Amino acid sequence: MTIEHSLDHRDVTSLLEPLDAGLELALASLRARLASDAQLTHTLDVAYRVVDSPVGSLLLAATDRGIVRVAFEVEDHADVLQFLANTISPRILQAPARLDDAARQLDEYFNGTRTEFDLILDFRLSRGFRLNVLQHLPRIAYGHTESYAEVALAAGSPNAVRAVGSACATNPLPVIVPCHRVVKSDGSFGGYLGGADAKRALLTLEAAA
Amino acid sequence: MKARQSITKKPFEAVVQEHGATVLRVCRAVLGVHDADDAWSDTFLAALQSYPDLPPEANVQAWLVTIAHRKCIDHVRAGGRRALPVDSPPEQPSRLGIPGEGHAELVDAVAHLPPKQRQAVAYHYFAGLPYVDVAAILGGTPEAARRAGSDGVKALRSALVELPALTHSSSKGEIR
Repeated sequence: MTIEHSLDHRDVTSLLEPLDAGLELALASLRARLASDAQLTHTLDVAYRVVDSPVGSLLLAATDRGIVRVAFEVEDHADVLQFLANTISPRILQAPARLDDAARQLDEYFNGTRTEFDLILDFRLSRGFRLNVLQHLPRIAYGHTESYAEVALAAGSPNAVRAVGSACATNPLPVIVPCHRVVKSDGSFGGYLGGADAKRALLTLEAAA
Repeated sequence: MKARQSITKKPFEAVVQEHGATVLRVCRAVLGVHDADDAWSDTFLAALQSYPDLPPEANVQAWLVTIAHRKCIDHVRAGGRRALPVDSPPEQPSRLGIPGEGHAELVDAVAHLPPKQRQAVAYHYFAGLPYVDVAAILGGTPEAARRAGSDGVKALRSALVELPALTHSSSKGEIR
């Protein structure tokens, strides 16, 4: 490209500027239309939306099989979406409709009016012992806790206390699959992928109800 | 690890975020404001469909513009009412009815360009594609694409120079 050419370029783009009228507004509605068209034509492999919550904004992602990922802000939503693109499919769009139900139930949970989630979950991001642990967790009732050792026992490997810790730390579906209800044997909170404050907030919420 | 990362593909949402506006500008330049929306939708739905097959190192913008080019042509063929496919300008002043305060004269001048020129201007100046890529989309040589682009710009300039009213916009979109 010559200098003459690039000057020309700027000149021409400003000449064409009137075509930009109302562009942003049009784009917003076009993007919504794309999300719903993609849903209808089954071309969307992962739909996501971001919801506000008392523990920060939460990313919710779903495949056609169910909710596949809940992510805290501290996990960096962009990183999480990139991970989903790499491991599931890059056909990912912000498409709120598929997550209406999850968003509503989370809202009710944070308001203290829901003690159990009734959602279809896609556990494809977990396997083996970690999956066993995650499948046990919903049996810990709302407002109750279990120690890592108790969960290890329940998941069929009494000696795998550390592995329970890493299963909780890598839970792809936090809040909905209640890894926050797993605490240390001495009663202290233990770690949490959403941060210690988030874990405390969830347990306090459940204790108050 | 670095090499692996560089070939991963972004979530499609990021592609829409990054290139959505450019593709809409291109569709508007080629089809006019009204029909651009449908062409944009068709383009991104088709792109989403085939996105997993796109080679990770591909130029995403050129890929999208290529799809948009085809969708715009499909659109004109299906509708048959816009100026794009004809080689002579429409006889009536078109009223593309651009929303807002845009210079309707410019929009009209673009609509009166022969299709090749309009496409070359859109793909080179809006999408920023080099003429080699523009030629790959339009067919023909890069030189021919460059000529179409610069003829298009010349025609636009002279059309606008003839209009004393250019500095203040007319929302009606009529040219006398």
